[in-house]
Amino acid sequence: MSIEIRNIEKRFGNFTALDNVSLKVESGELLALLGPSGCGKTTLLRIIAGLEQPDAGQVLFSGADTTHTHVSERQVGFVFQHYALFRHMTVFDNVAFGLSVRPRKLRPSREEIRERVMKLLKMVQLDWLADAYPAQLSGGQRQRIALARSLAVEPSVLLLDEPFGALDAKVRKDLRRWLRDLHHQMHITSVFVTHDQEEALEVSDRVVVMDHGHIEQIGRPDDIYENPATPFVTRFLGDVNLFHGRVDGGHFTHGNFAHALDDGAQAASDSAVAYVRPHDLDISRLAGGALATGSIEHIHAVGPLVRIEVAPDSGDAIEVALSKDRYRELGLMLGDKVFVTPKKLSVFVGAQDYAI
Amino acid sequence: MASRSLLTSEQAWVRYALTTFALLFLLVFLLVPLVSVFWEALSKGWELYAAALTEYEAWQAIKLTLIAAAISVPLNLVFGVAAAWAIARFEFRGKSLLTTLIDLPFSVSPVVAGLMYVLLFGSHGWLGNWLSAHDIQIIFAVPGIVLATVFVTFPFVARELIPLMQAQGQDEEQAAIVLGASGFAAFWHVTLPNIKWGLLYGVILTNARAMGEFGAVSVVSGHIRGETNTIPLHVEILYNEYNFVGAFACASILAMLALVTLAIKTVIEWRIERQHEASLVRTQQARAALV
Amino acid sequence: MTFLAKRYSVLPGFGVSLGYAIFWLGLIVLLPLAALILKSSELGWGPFWETVSAPRVVASLQLSFGTAALAALINCVMGFLVAWVLVRYRFPGKRFVDALVDLPFALPTAVAGIALTTIYAPNGWLGQYLEPLGLKVAFTPTGIVIALIFVSLPFVVRTVQPVLEDLEGELEEAATCLGADRWQIFRRVIFPATLPALMTGSAMAFARATGEFGSVIFIAGNIPLVSEIAPLIIISKLEQYDYLGATAVAVVMLMLSFSVLFAINLLQWWTSRRHGMK
Repeated sequence: MSIEIRNIEKRFGNFTALDNVSLKVESGELLALLGPSGCGKTTLLRIIAGLEQPDAGQVLFSGADTTHTHVSERQVGFVFQHYALFRHMTVFDNVAFGLSVRPRKLRPSREEIRERVMKLLKMVQLDWLADAYPAQLSGGQRQRIALARSLAVEPSVLLLDEPFGALDAKVRKDLRRWLRDLHHQMHITSVFVTHDQEEALEVSDRVVVMDHGHIEQIGRPDDIYENPATPFVTRFLGDVNLFHGRVDGGHFTHGNFAHALDDGAQAASDSAVAYVRPHDLDISRLAGGALATGSIEHIHAVGPLVRIEVAPDSGDAIEVALSKDRYRELGLMLGDKVFVTPKKLSVFVGAQDYAI
Repeated sequence: MASRSLLTSEQAWVRYALTTFALLFLLVFLLVPLVSVFWEALSKGWELYAAALTEYEAWQAIKLTLIAAAISVPLNLVFGVAAAWAIARFEFRGKSLLTTLIDLPFSVSPVVAGLMYVLLFGSHGWLGNWLSAHDIQIIFAVPGIVLATVFVTFPFVARELIPLMQAQGQDEEQAAIVLGASGFAAFWHVTLPNIKWGLLYGVILTNARAMGEFGAVSVVSGHIRGETNTIPLHVEILYNEYNFVGAFACASILAMLALVTLAIKTVIEWRIERQHEASLVRTQQARAALV
Repeated sequence: MTFLAKRYSVLPGFGVSLGYAIFWLGLIVLLPLAALILKSSELGWGPFWETVSAPRVVASLQLSFGTAALAALINCVMGFLVAWVLVRYRFPGKRFVDALVDLPFALPTAVAGIALTTIYAPNGWLGQYLEPLGLKVAFTPTGIVIALIFVSLPFVVRTVQPVLEDLEGELEEAATCLGADRWQIFRRVIFPATLPALMTGSAMAFARATGEFGSVIFIAGNIPLVSEIAPLIIISKLEQYDYLGATAVAVVMLMLSFSVLFAINLLQWWTSRRHGMK
């Protein structure tokens, strides 16, 4: 089932949570809503679920307007950030809840419920915990039970609010992969909210980056990472170095450095900022094509990449990430005077420092 | 959550019906009795009301009540703080037994409590002979009243403080010790400011019960007018003599005490709530700064 | 590790505070309790049984525990309703009503007793309307139940209220998403979650009501075999210098209320073991 969101507005008092947001989620897609806290991503998810009513705009499920359909009739599965498991019920009863509250006519028989619940528990690999209480489970187990519970009613849409937010790093990674695989098997239209860019980029088919109640960019993870549309997206998706300069006659200039812009004919001269990721920078002993120059202040050589901090003559320290081979080849030492050259940069005209 | 969305609330008529029913119940069972006390006390006019309160025996009863409360409240305050410090700050075997024993007086009928002291200190009691040989009178005298009062109010302060101090944890005291504070300084400058509202709360409840206790005091007092009568006992005597104005006049003092207690209690709860909200906001800000 | 041995801590004052707490506990609670139990052992089994099985004593125990159970049951329903309304709904004067719930804790029982008696007397504010309906309240067991409802109401409200407040809204949202209607959510999610607190509160109300004296003594009428409560039997035996008889009745009352206390502890232990998250 596809979901379409048209011109949604939502205000809480004076605070605008969502400002004219439109979005289409394709059938069977796994979509991530990514953004910092307070950007409106959870509100959007809750509006899709029907847990919140928008002040204006429409929500359409498979083309049909569901804006005013009650949650209990939307057939959505919702997984809450803190799972919201019923602590006085066993794992089995939690998962069976959605089936057992159906009106008698629509309710499956006792055996059928049992069969379906056990099947789901097997799928989340926790059938051996059917008789346990939520209090006896680990965080990751609770998460999987919450997911099984939401799937029991065979929803046409699965919504997850910060699904891995409350878990520790190791479990988080495992569950991420597991959710991805599960989605591959079931192909149910799914939307999840996260503030963790790594999580969004790794798990989803498409990412929606949000900030201050509006959508900054929508796209495939690699596309978003490679071609961020705004300074905000660039900074939010990972570490980045900023170089202030000017745009003039289709070129970005920063000191003696000049870079031809693809989309050529930039208008009049204007200030601009180039954003360069640490691994898109190289270090050279020669001045040619250098964006900046400075002395090496710190070398952090643990892990596959070597992180090098270069202190320029003026301005903030520049972070460069080199492969181990390249690092050895250059034979860098602390205090060396070096030149920093960009392999790739994103230039935003008129952009100011974008603080997150 | 201050306001619930319509989604997770009942239909309007259900809400109104339930609210009305609950408020009617409280009106009949709580408010009407309270109002009736003042109504009856003033039913024959202010002069009779004032006369009933300025009577010698009433005055003596008020004095005795104040004395009994003035002795028993501080005693239980010290006990409560000591017990809470031991239970909330240390791990030791027998802790849950100790906690249960502290609660014990709540489940003993006040009359049984009074009886226990009579059996211990009365003229036929275990210590009766020894006490009378040394010319010490406990039962049918002020010490007995104080003891009975201490018993019935025994758990109040400790019960307020133990969960509060357990919830606060001991990081702050440990930090104070690490910074070189003495144990007493850590208690005085760190613990006490943190528990002051809870402590006051416990004291207020203790005081209300101490001044109003009837059953236990009734057994040990001997009802000697002008000597061992507290206000509640005096109310009983006047009531049984059909001096209703006098009885309700004295009762109205206690009712006012109850109202003052409730008012202070509400203010304290409001303060604790605000303190709690402030700390919540602080943690949220701290968390937001981390993201 | 011996009894009362503590784990190491940098905080001082363990010995002093624990020592004082135990000394005071012993002096005020345990010593008098021991006196009572020693006294009852003087009696011997035969006379003990004779005393407590006398018709007047049996009737009074039945009355005390029966009326207390009825009052606890009524408070179980009404206390839950009051807590529900206070937590869930908004209405003018809510803070005042919330404070008023504690009145029975703050108002001396004797005051409550004479006030209730006056209200429910045949010519009283409410009694005059109930009398023509054939409902006698004052000086009957009904009056006792009314007084016990008054003194024990806050126990239920104050134990249920925080649990209702802490119930995450997400639980109800989750149930709604799964298709449950309001009534199903109440019956299957909210009520079971508050049930342990409700039972604890009702048990506390019951325990308090069984031993209640001050508020009951005025409204009960104290007619032997009809409206004479157990604490009054103890007092009247004391007034006749029948210390042993009084002790016997007291021991029975103590044992009954201790078993209630034990049941409460068991209930709390059981629920915290099974449902205690984190």
